[in-house]
Order: sequence, then structure tokens, then C-alpha cells
Amino acid sequence: MPYALCFLLFTIGLYCAVVKKNMVKIVIGLAVMEYAVNLFLIMLGYRVNGTAPIVDKTYYDSSTHQVTADFLNAAVDPLPQALVLTSIVIGLGTLALMISISIRIYEKYGTFDITEIRKLKG
Amino acid sequence: MKGMTIIVKTVSSWVKVLIFLFGINIILFGHLTPGGGFAGGVILAASYVLLMLAFGRDFAEKNLSLTAASQLDCVGALMFAAVALVGLLYGAASFFWNLIHQQYLADKATEFKLVSAGIIPLCNIAIGLKVGASLFLVILTLSICCKDFKHSTPSTKE
Amino acid sequence: MSDIPLMLPAFVCIPLVAAFLLPIFGSFGRKGGALTTAVANLATLSLLVMSIASINQFSVYNVGKWSIPLGINMVLDGLTVFFLITVNLVSSAAMLFSVRYMEQYTAKPKYLTLFMLMVAGMNGVVVTGDLFNLFVFLEIASIASYALVGFGCDDEQLEASFKYMVLGEVGSMLVLLAIGLEYGVTGALNMAYISKAVQNNPTNIVLNFALAMFIAGFGLKAALVPFHSWLPDAHSSAPAPISAMLSGILIKVLGVYALLRTIFSIFGISSAVGTLLVVLGVVNMIAGAFLAIGQGDLKRLLAYSSISQVGYIFLGIGLGGVLLTADANPMWATLAILGSLFHLLNHAVSKSLLFLTSGSVEMATGTRQLGQLGGLAEKLPLTRASCAVASASIVGIPPFGGFWSKLILVVAAIGAGIYWAAALIVAVSVCTLIMYLKVHRYVFLGEPSETRRQIKESRGTMAVAMICLACLCVLLGLVFLVPTIRAELLDPAAKVLCDGVKYADKIMEVTRI
Repeated sequence: MPYALCFLLFTIGLYCAVVKKNMVKIVIGLAVMEYAVNLFLIMLGYRVNGTAPIVDKTYYDSSTHQVTADFLNAAVDPLPQALVLTSIVIGLGTLALMISISIRIYEKYGTFDITEIRKLKG
Repeated sequence: MKGMTIIVKTVSSWVKVLIFLFGINIILFGHLTPGGGFAGGVILAASYVLLMLAFGRDFAEKNLSLTAASQLDCVGALMFAAVALVGLLYGAASFFWNLIHQQYLADKATEFKLVSAGIIPLCNIAIGLKVGASLFLVILTLSICCKDFKHSTPSTKE
Repeated sequence: MSDIPLMLPAFVCIPLVAAFLLPIFGSFGRKGGALTTAVANLATLSLLVMSIASINQFSVYNVGKWSIPLGINMVLDGLTVFFLITVNLVSSAAMLFSVRYMEQYTAKPKYLTLFMLMVAGMNGVVVTGDLFNLFVFLEIASIASYALVGFGCDDEQLEASFKYMVLGEVGSMLVLLAIGLEYGVTGALNMAYISKAVQNNPTNIVLNFALAMFIAGFGLKAALVPFHSWLPDAHSSAPAPISAMLSGILIKVLGVYALLRTIFSIFGISSAVGTLLVVLGVVNMIAGAFLAIGQGDLKRLLAYSSISQVGYIFLGIGLGGVLLTADANPMWATLAILGSLFHLLNHAVSKSLLFLTSGSVEMATGTRQLGQLGGLAEKLPLTRASCAVASASIVGIPPFGGFWSKLILVVAAIGAGIYWAAALIVAVSVCTLIMYLKVHRYVFLGEPSETRRQIKESRGTMAVAMICLACLCVLLGLVFLVPTIRAELLDPAAKVLCDGVKYADKIMEVTRI
């Protein structure tokens, strides 16, 4: 059921990016879409009553150099968290580039409305 | 972009040092506590952005200029590449091999200490440097755009 | 053989290190500028040499000595070698061309940095064996290309870059969603492991939905027809060497290669997916050809022609997929796939040469509109000859390379009994002939106007790049008749696709040793 809410957020972002006419609103729609996918990825690793996947001395057995078995049974999956970290960095780069292009377009055309920015036709 | 009032300037000149130090803490302990290179780099950039907001853009640019930030950015990336390539030059080599851990520290029980986990702290430092420099560069460059078009009239439509 | 594994990370590492060395050199002034250009050219040429040296090899490289599924591996098989050669060939030529061409723009070191990052991203997409790593490299290449399209910061370039960026990001988000869905079902990110898990439960709804999202997302990068609207704007407004790279290799590596890996090696081809690819290919071919004939802008016409030729590639691959699953004689399926891969190589070389010649025309005359050009035949003889060779190759005139690839596609279609496909291929080739005759008539023939008396032919590295690519167009036609090169280069690539999901067995067998 929480996955359905992620898809709802994704469709809201997609609607905003496709339908709206103001450039800044399109950028915000894309950002919302991106965060919806990140949220979906994190929720994939969730385990009910799980703990954070950080190993400290209580979960570690120094004699065999292994983590204890109850840590492995209780911790949430850390792999989606690594994926989401990468995805957030990519989103940051994209957002910075989009905002700077929007600012430059405003300087050249004088408006943020994409229906008036139509020099390329055909 | 002008600075803010005297109260904000005084307080932020103390606080920005603390933020910078906190960022360095998150980077250095990245293999033990949550955070790591990217999060620490963002906090480093945030301390410079605080400088820019409180004192004005020109002061921040004199403090760390555009070319200096760009070169720090490249140095961070090259450090990361150097750490990855060092694994290739060693005997039974592999790209990105955690050679410090496997060769030197494998026998010693060094978990949960600061000097442990091989090349991971070095990678964290390189990434923190790069992310901090490049985020500061992005925000500085965006503020140049803002500064220019406030004073000029927008161009005619179409 | 022992240094073959070391070459695999070098394909990604060399352009990345070059990309970050360049701004440091570039801040030293004019001498630094010359040094940066030399470093960048050296990097792309060395990548080309390494990719030619890796023909007919197969190796798997575990990054950091972590074996799969804990780590990421890099795989070099027949399809990878084929795409590596295509990518590095076109990028060396475009880099040589941009030494002179980019003197018109300021901030050349930044251009070279972004170019190197794009090359690193494309090489990474082709070499990697892990699905999320493919997504990361795809994003690196895409973001570098968004910035490069808007490099001149004119009105049109910024508008085209924004439109390209929004649509490209929607595509990437669809791909990431699909990766999340299949990770939720299978629990693996490595391509071999995903393939094994998909074979174990073939009718899972979530996996089929993930496959649909993959086709939508990668199809948006490859400019399949509902999602093609970014391509004419982006490819016509970009600087000429960037148009050559985008149209020649970026849509093929990020779109076609990623789709091929996902459909053939991971999910396994089925007749529904094959039919879908055939339909999409046919629509692309027809739409691209008809929309191109009416264009008034030179580069926009070439961009619509790209859409049409990508349709040929998808038609061939879809035909091969349908024939593979229909239990027919696998010879026709292999022939169809071989034809479309060879057409991909031909189109990459000739379309990038066409965009480079259009850049030469634009640098000499300052305009791209067909109505204002004319009579350049005696002023720009080298450009005219290269344009003639490239357009002959795309249209399919013997003995140039495009003729052989279209012939193979027609023979495969007729041999399998699908006659309408063969007729359609010939018909769209006639439309392509019409559009390129239009280009030649408006650009090169006729009388030059008075203001054009002083223009000069392009010199230096621009001329070298155009001559190299033109020779390659001719050579591709002739060497196809030499069977050893066909057996070394094209047959392993087609075999990887026809083997399909046996890719996973091969990877796992190598890593057990």
C-alpha cells in the first residue's frame, strides 16, 4: 500500500511536468518525480521493526570478525540506501543545470511561459 | 548582492566556523557514522553559502574565488582517481582495490577506530572536497545571473 | 591476453581523468589552451586504439576484486566491442573537427571537459555489467549532453536544451523506477543475476511492467516515435560536432544498446516485444522520412532523417526477435540482426560526417536555412565531396556501406517470408533519396550570391576529420566483402544477441573459475 502512494506522487510530478506552462513549475514537477522514485527505492528495503544498518560494538563479534546473526535478521536492507544516495546526487546536478538554463532563458526571452518560447518550429 | 545587518554578520562569523568543523567531522568519520563524503561536502558548501548570504557576494568571492573553487574541484576528482588507480599499480592488482585494508591492516583488529577500512576515508575526503567546492561554485555562479538581470530590462518577447 | 582485463576500467578512467585535468591546464592562458586540446585528442585516439585492440576478446573484470553479486563487474563481449569501436571512432573524428570549429565559441576548456565526460559516460554504459551502474553512466552522458546542446547560449540553443532536458529526465526517471521494481522482485542488480531470476518466474506482472517501463525510458533516449519531439530541436541547435556525436552515437548507445541488453540478455526476447519493436521501427521510418522532406533548415532535415534511420535499426532487431521466437530457421534471424547492427555502424559514421559537413557549411556561410544557401559547389569542394559520399552511403547506393546493410535487411525479410517489410525498406530508401537530393540541390548547386564570393574551404583538422570519415564510409562498403572482418567484428555481436539469456550462464561460468 505505501508503494501505491509513491506511484501517486510520481504521477502528480509527471502531470506537473507535462501540463504546466511556467518553466519553474515544470522544474518543480520534475523534482517531485525524482523524489518519488527515491522514496520508492528506500521503501523497497524496509523491514517491519527493523533497525538502522549501522554496525557498532554490540552487533560485532571480535573473535570471528563477523557481525552477529541477530543484526542480519533485524537490520533493514542497506543497498537501496546506497542507490538512493547516488540518485540524490544525480538529481542535484540535474536540478542545478535546469535552474541555470531557466534563468538564462528568462534573460533572453523575458518570460517564463513556455508557450511564448517557440522560436524552433516545424 | 549586499550583506545583512551587523547582528547577523557577527553571529554568522562565529557560526560558520562551527559548521565547517562539523562538515569535516562528518567527512572524516564517514566509515563509522552515517554521512560520508557527499553529506559532509554539502555541509562544507553550506558554510560558505552562509558567508555569502551574510557578508555579500563580493566578500565570499574574494575569500574563495571562482577559479580557485574550480581548481579545488578538479583536485578532488583527481585525488579520487589517484586512490582508485593506486590499486592497479600494486602486484596482484585491481582497479579500486581496497589495498590498504587487504595488505596492511588485515591482521590487526582495527574495526571501529578512525584509522581503519582502508581507502574508504581517503575516498571520503576526496569526494567531500569535490562536492563542497562544486556546490559552492554552482551557487556562486547562479548568484551572478541574479545580479545581472535585476539591473537590465528584460529583452522583448519573441 | 593478460593486459586485456586492465583495459576495461581504462575505457572509463582515461576520459574521466582527462576531463578533470583539462580545467587545470585551461586556466594557464593560450598555451594552456593548446595543451588541453592536445590532451583531449590524445585521449580519444588512445581509446580508439584500445577498442580496436580488443576485437574478438571476451573477458569479465571484477572491480575492486569483489566478486558478483557483492561487487560490480565489467564485461567485454562481442556486442560491447562493436559498440566501443563505433563510439570511439565517431568521438575521435568529432574531437578532431572541434579543434578548429570551436574557436568560434568562448570557454573551450569547458567544452572539452563536457565532451570527455560524455565519452566517459557512453563508454561506461557499454562496458558495465550491472544495471544500476548502467543508469549512473547513462545519467553522466545525458547531463553532459544537455549542457553541450545549450553551449552557445543563444535563444534557440537554450530553448532546445531545456526541452531536451525535461524529456530526457522523464526518461531517466522511468528507467530508475523500472530498476527499483525489478530490484524489489528479484533482489539483484547484476545483469546475470537478474536474468537468472527472471527466467525463474517468467509471468510476474511486476517484471512485465518493469520491462514496459524500460522500453519507454530507453525508447525516449533513442527517440522512438511518441517521444521523439526533443530530437529535431536538440540536434539542430547544438554545435556541429555535438550534433554529430548526439545523432551518431548518443541515441544509439543510450537508447539502442541499453534496450538490446535489457531485452535480449536480461529479460529474453518474446514475440510480443519483437512485434512491438517492429511496429515502432516502421512508424519511425515513415514518420521520419515524411517529416524530413518538408524541412527548410539543413540540420533539422538531417535530424528527422536520423529518426528514420533509427527506425530501420529497430525494424531489423524486431524482425530478428520475432523470427527467433517463432522457431523458424535461425539463419534469417541472425541475418536480420546482423543487418541492423551493420546499419547502426554505417549510420553512425555517415550521419556524423553529414553533421560535420553541415558545420563546415555553417562556419563558412553563417546560416543553416536551405533557402539562403546555394552555389557552394566550387567554393567548398571537399565539403561537397564528403557530403555526397555520406548521403550516398545513407541512401544505399552501391558500393558504399549503407547499400550492403540495407541489402542484408531486405534479403532477411524476403527469406523469412515477410515481404511487406522488404517493400517498406525500399520505399523509405526512395524517400531518403528524395530528401538528400533536395539537400544537394539547395546547398551545393545553383548560383552563388554576391556576398558569398569570399568564403573559403575549411582547413586543418576539420578537413582531416571529414576526409577520414569519408574514407571510412567507402571502406565500410568494401571491407564488408572481405569475410574475415565480418567474422571478427559483426558475427560475435550478432551471436551475443541471438544467444540471448545464455549471457548469464557465460558470466557466471567465468566468475566461478
